[in-house]
Amino acid sequence: MNIYLNGKATDIPDGLTISGLVAQRKLNPETIIVEHNYNLVKKEHWDGIVLKENDRVEILRFVEGG
Amino acid sequence: MEDVLEIGGRQITNRLFLGTGKFASNRLIPEAVRAAGVQVVTVALRRVDMEFEQENIAAYIPEDCIMMPNTSGARNAQEAVRIARLARAAGCGNWVKIEVISDNRYLLPDNYETIKATEILAGEGFVVLPYMSPDLMVAKKLVEAGAAAVMPLGAPIGSNRGLKTRELVRILIEEIPLPIIVDAGLGRPSEAAEAMEMGAAAVLVNTAIATAGDPVAMARAFSLAVAAGRLAYLAGPGESVEYARASSPLTGFLRD
Repeated sequence: MNIYLNGKATDIPDGLTISGLVAQRKLNPETIIVEHNYNLVKKEHWDGIVLKENDRVEILRFVEGG
Repeated sequence: MEDVLEIGGRQITNRLFLGTGKFASNRLIPEAVRAAGVQVVTVALRRVDMEFEQENIAAYIPEDCIMMPNTSGARNAQEAVRIARLARAAGCGNWVKIEVISDNRYLLPDNYETIKATEILAGEGFVVLPYMSPDLMVAKKLVEAGAAAVMPLGAPIGSNRGLKTRELVRILIEEIPLPIIVDAGLGRPSEAAEAMEMGAAAVLVNTAIATAGDPVAMARAFSLAVAAGRLAYLAGPGESVEYARASSPLTGFLRD
């Protein structure tokens, strides 16, 4: 199944949740921010969201900047 | 009495704000913060790079600092608003530095989009500090839009060229009833001191510190210069005149 992860077409297994995606990418949940179809999703809701075809997921983090 | 800068209900005694970009190692950031006694630190928000492990910048910012996310990367008001909302929802507090830039050569801010973003975010309860090209009418509109401070540039971002906008910044300080924070372009502590002597409420420095030979020592140097400039402003500099005026008495010479 295809989703757009940080703007890039990405193939993921069916039934993957946001938590599953974060784990698959080996990301530390404490340091990232997840936006799903332009809505910010709090960590406690990651388990409950099963990704669907063509969903847009942005995974962001704070970085250095002036 | 302590000289306090109040912004968004927070009391700030150190008027040097520090940007966290371009340090050779993130480990230098907390050292620079401590050496300079900095209380306000900026960060940015970016997409995670899936290919490379990246460090969490927040881990390098002492907890008692105000972490102010910028909206760098935003090319219009709408994008700036989106970034600010994400940053706040991520637990980054409610301060935001609005930075809307679509000019890639000089990185000059889009004042018009900045006003729009300021109005929306101030209406949502953000403490909004807009980065802007110094212009009196724009600054007045930022006041109306609910900005908490106004941040004119001294010179293009990262240029270390100093207070090139001196005269325009001076006018903002004189006319705008909000703290004026000189952001961008200051390259030397003497230039930060000059901005403070003119009555700037604070300065935001990044490149000049991060790219110095010894960034931690330079952070301290800027902090001292900012404090000295502030003290000089409060002390009230004497007048400047064209010709000499003797400092020693002009009577009682040992002659005749």
